[in-house]
Amino acid sequence: MNPVFKIILQRLALGLLTLLIVSFVIFTAVNLLPGDFAQAILGQSATPEAIASIRRDLGLDQPFFARYFVWLGDMLQGDLGVSYAQLNFQTNMGAAELKTVADQIAPRFANTMFLAGVTAAIAVPFAVGLGVLAALYRNSVFDKVANISTLTSISSPEFFLAYILVLFLAVLNPLLPSIANIYQGIPFTDRLIATLLPALTLTLVVTAHMMRMTRAAIINLLASPYIEMARLKGVKPLRIITHHALPNAWAPIINVIALNLAYLITGVVVVEVVFNYPGIGQLFVDAVKNRDIPVVQACCLIFAGAYILLNLAADILSILTNPRLRHPK
Amino acid sequence: MSVWLNIALALAVVAVLGWVFRFAGQKATGNNPYFRDMPYAVAFGFALAVVLILAGVWLYFQPAANEQGVPAPSVIFWRWAVHFVAGSAVAAFLFRLAGRHVGTGASRKLFRQMPLTAAFGILVVLIYAVLAIFAAFIAPHGQEQVFAQANVVPGGNPALGGNPEFPLGTDQIGRDILSRLIYGAQNTVGIAFATTVLAFLLGGTLGFLAAVLRGWTDQILSRGVDVLMAIPSLIFSLLLITVASAWVTGTGLTVAMVVIIAVIDSTRVYRLARAVGMNIVVMDYIEAAKLRGEGMGYLIFKEILPNATAPLLAEFGLRFCFVFLTISALSFLGLGIQPPLADWGTMVKDLSAFINYAAFAPQIASAPLLAAGAIALLTVAVNFVVDWMLHRSSGLKE
Repeated sequence: MNPVFKIILQRLALGLLTLLIVSFVIFTAVNLLPGDFAQAILGQSATPEAIASIRRDLGLDQPFFARYFVWLGDMLQGDLGVSYAQLNFQTNMGAAELKTVADQIAPRFANTMFLAGVTAAIAVPFAVGLGVLAALYRNSVFDKVANISTLTSISSPEFFLAYILVLFLAVLNPLLPSIANIYQGIPFTDRLIATLLPALTLTLVVTAHMMRMTRAAIINLLASPYIEMARLKGVKPLRIITHHALPNAWAPIINVIALNLAYLITGVVVVEVVFNYPGIGQLFVDAVKNRDIPVVQACCLIFAGAYILLNLAADILSILTNPRLRHPK
Repeated sequence: MSVWLNIALALAVVAVLGWVFRFAGQKATGNNPYFRDMPYAVAFGFALAVVLILAGVWLYFQPAANEQGVPAPSVIFWRWAVHFVAGSAVAAFLFRLAGRHVGTGASRKLFRQMPLTAAFGILVVLIYAVLAIFAAFIAPHGQEQVFAQANVVPGGNPALGGNPEFPLGTDQIGRDILSRLIYGAQNTVGIAFATTVLAFLLGGTLGFLAAVLRGWTDQILSRGVDVLMAIPSLIFSLLLITVASAWVTGTGLTVAMVVIIAVIDSTRVYRLARAVGMNIVVMDYIEAAKLRGEGMGYLIFKEILPNATAPLLAEFGLRFCFVFLTISALSFLGLGIQPPLADWGTMVKDLSAFINYAAFAPQIASAPLLAAGAIALLTVAVNFVVDWMLHRSSGLKE
């Protein structure tokens, strides 16, 4: 078998194993909660029979491991359960239709993916371009200004950057909306405009790391003999970087891009709350505040899964872009 | 849409200016090599910088209010930003100058080699430390004290709805914002510092233990850390805080959050401590100590720890920034430091609606930005110092 294929299969298996263990950790953590949902909705004065019947309905009377495997099996089939808030509403108010967690998450997940996609589309070319320019004009005023401003933006909390952008782009100069109003069936351009301010905030957060890595990876290579050769035969500085240095620098750059996209997953939570963006991060924070366990579990698993997947992608891509690893002797 | 058109037009003018600048340089200096070989991008950069600086100066000297007395918020915010940057540069310069003339020989040498950014970082950290330690003496009012006047406008000008007694105004329920900002230094920074120390104690001890014992201990600890690191830290801490919030509330939840973040962050410290420890354990002097029959405690605290101080100290700075930002983010989400403790993240969340008033009353919008800026300033300062420390210890001159 092709050795690269083997390495990739190994990494994939490792990723799946990690995800399995992570799901167990999440399930265990949630089961540390005192009391259970049956008590929570019925209150102190509930009869033991009523509590027992709800527990039986929700499967809470099963032993720990049995519940874990039932939960895991449901998750794998896409059945994320029903949110406690919905159950509570139905039990006390008698609503007819139950919205499952999957129904709640699906549109929000799409919104979050859209936000992450727009961010990546802006941030990656911007950061790599800035990194190439900083490497080209290294130690110049431009390089120093880029260095200090990216260091500042990466050390600021997301909400500070968000409010600064709101201040300048939404309040003082009303160019973009400060509240991301996204509804069902919104036209694409409106959606893009509503997403732009959150996406710009996230861009500021992730650009610094990618730009610094691009710059460092290119400068590392500039001392190599083949770059010296290109310079001596009269190749222009920009062409040296784009045609000679960059192809060899892709591995670390791709790695850091994937890691930053993984970081987006965490950054997205705060930014969605700031802009009231109807994404999965906001749902997660609300569920945490209301202690809505099925939603918290599902969101956690989705975030962790995306995080593991992107780290895995970073691993595999850095193997694929490195010819030495692709063709081992 | 006209704004975008203006921006595009301005860029086109700058592009022409860049070409004119290079051409004029070539003609004026008789085709001097500097101008002859200048790439167009560099000429464009010069033109852009000059235009930006001129625009900045022009904006700075615009009137802060028009004839009718309506304030021009862009001008006011721009002036504040310029004053802040210029003031901090001067303060950092004076601080470095003072450091060069006061103190022992070693400290003076340190200050002579220090870049301005690092001097600024040290100055800011010192100011925060003083504020945090002496908050009770510096703050004009208590952090939980509620006054009769709520929503007093910052600025202390009675004509605009201010009150000289509350220079930065009061919040929605009438607490003095200035006092809460000062107490925020104590609470936010103090709690973040305690969390980082806890994370280092935990992660450092376990990491060194794994490095010394190897074998099964190392395997179990390392795989456990791998699993914990596979979950994004903010998400994991939110999950654990959900669990903790069922057991404890109020101040108890703050303590629980400290423990949770310390445990999650100790995994990163563990990785570093183990890696550094591994390199030290194979040294001859460790072998000698083992042959002398020294115990585990002696090995870790007297042999490994002194040799691992430098990388751990730099990591401490970065870790502190991370913990500080995480706690601020959690507080901003309403799940971190709990009231009645004053804290910057919560303040930003509570005051954030005031930003929308910036267009007609800039001073009202300053309150939430001050709280958020206080967080940003400290992390930027610590980063500047750590950057310089790493640069010094690695001997990189680049």
